[in-house]
Amino acid sequence: MTNATQPEATLDERQPSQVELDRRAFRRKQNARSLLISIASTIIFAVLVWLLLINSPGWSDVQRSFFDLDTAISSFPQIIVGLWLNIQVLFFAAILVGIFGSLLAIARTLRGAVFAPFRLGAAIYTDFFRGIPLLLVLYLVGFGVPALGFTERLPMQFWGTIALTLTYSSYVAEVLRAGIEAVHPSQRMAARSLGLGYSKTLRLVVLPQAVRKVTPALMNDFVSMQKDVGLISVLGAVDAIRAAQIEVASVYNFTPYVVAGILFVLLSWPMIRLTDWYTARAQRREQMGGQV
Amino acid sequence: MSEHTSRPVLRVTGVHKKFGDTAVLKGIDIEVARHEVVVLIGASGSGKSTLLKTVNLLEGVDDGQIFLQGDDITDPRVNADRIRARIGVVFQHYNLFPHLSVLKNITLASRNVFKIDKATAEARGRELLRRIGLEEKATEYPDRLSGGQQQRVAIARAIATEPELLLLDEITSALDPQLVGEVLDLVGELKQSGSTIMMATHEMSFARRVADRVIFLSQGRIVEAGPPEQIFDDPQQPETKTFLSRLRAAEPGA
Ligand SMILES: Nc1ncnc2c1ncn2[C@@H]1O[C@H](COP(=O)(O)OP(=O)(O)OP(=O)(O)O)[C@@H](O)[C@H]1O
Ligand SMILES: [Mg+2]
Repeated sequence: MTNATQPEATLDERQPSQVELDRRAFRRKQNARSLLISIASTIIFAVLVWLLLINSPGWSDVQRSFFDLDTAISSFPQIIVGLWLNIQVLFFAAILVGIFGSLLAIARTLRGAVFAPFRLGAAIYTDFFRGIPLLLVLYLVGFGVPALGFTERLPMQFWGTIALTLTYSSYVAEVLRAGIEAVHPSQRMAARSLGLGYSKTLRLVVLPQAVRKVTPALMNDFVSMQKDVGLISVLGAVDAIRAAQIEVASVYNFTPYVVAGILFVLLSWPMIRLTDWYTARAQRREQMGGQV
Repeated sequence: MSEHTSRPVLRVTGVHKKFGDTAVLKGIDIEVARHEVVVLIGASGSGKSTLLKTVNLLEGVDDGQIFLQGDDITDPRVNADRIRARIGVVFQHYNLFPHLSVLKNITLASRNVFKIDKATAEARGRELLRRIGLEEKATEYPDRLSGGQQQRVAIARAIATEPELLLLDEITSALDPQLVGEVLDLVGELKQSGSTIMMATHEMSFARRVADRVIFLSQGRIVEAGPPEQIFDDPQQPETKTFLSRLRAAEPGA
């Protein structure tokens, strides 16, 4: 049987035809035009919003109490110190969530009657902690558990980390479980037929593929956690928000909150961009696979 | 080793298998000798895949015994993972691990089941890749390979740990016709090099070329077994005749 398509010269070896050159010129012109339009419309929109804002009746009051440069500068050091605490809590909570969330997800996907209690326990856990507001978990863990008196007095950021871990593990477990179930059963079978046992199959074949499938969703959960780590301030831990609150109370000006807000946005921004980039790349890959 | 040469690599005796109420295997007896290639043929649903799965312990049996080199592998006390590690399997769909490179696919079992060190396993993996003509694809991921190349890698993965028995289940039926040849050639080469193989296939011309023995299955029973010339040119059972003539009518090339 002969191949129907003749071998062609690759595109970069060939000089493109006039038709193709015309098409490319047209596309370039088209792109330049839409770029100009989008820049112009963005500028016009921004100016309109700005004009609306500064011409509003209460603008000068708002400016004084929310956007005061001197207050921003004077409160900045304390807020940065507080943010460092947020980052530390985030770091440990993320690691704990990774471990605990994976264990929960695995428990939920175990098969066989022996594991029924694990499955049930994990299911009840995830249902409960996905339903209960994080704020309540913080109060219960932060004020309730120490009151039991099992432990020495521990810093509030410790209990904050525990509360965040409890809640976010349930989110992450659900995401991971979806990933594990999306790995085709034939992959397990192929691994088992090579002589890999249950846990090696899980670790070397199923989990790596599952994590890959749900990476964008996991990154999203991480971004949410980056913000929610600010909630530990309700326990009295002096994080960025609590530090801002202290400043607000002493200078009777809300600018420190704005400073803290901007810092939180800056903190999560790289991760947000990374998530977008990764999701777009994964989508491109899949579409490429679809054409083959 | 030499004292066992007379012992069959695989002995299946009186194997029964049911799925729910349907009996899929109804008393199968097969022996496969060392270096022998046994080909299973039969209509769709006749139980070929099920038989191969029971031999690899991916399905349990409802009665009968299966011996691998004399060990009763249907004994519930055996370690199923150890048994599976001694048998190589290739399925119809190439089932390579998409998150691992070609070389990592091939060395996964060597390193994690047989605990062979990385350098040795990879050297051996590259050697295998050279043998199947895919040396330059070692670091590629499976989805960058053609179907025929993927299936050859799957075969390399199955033989990387030098299994005592190789099970192949319709390894060419998901392939475009022009890719079938390269995969079958590789199986022919394995036979030359002395592998012990039990395979299910619909490629009758290939079965005739490579088989030492052909077994015709119908509705979970062995209807007829013998050397390929006998089964294909002079079948004794009416059922075998009907099956083969239908097949020839369907594809005159075979
Ligand atoms: N997991 C299962 N559960 C229920 N029935 C099954 C299962 N696997 C196979 N069967 C049934 O067992 C019978 C034999 O199937 P098997 O896959 O062994 O046939 P086969 O000879 O390999 O067919 P083919 O040539 O189409 O691959 C079929 O009737 C099939 O429907
Ligand atoms: Mg089959």
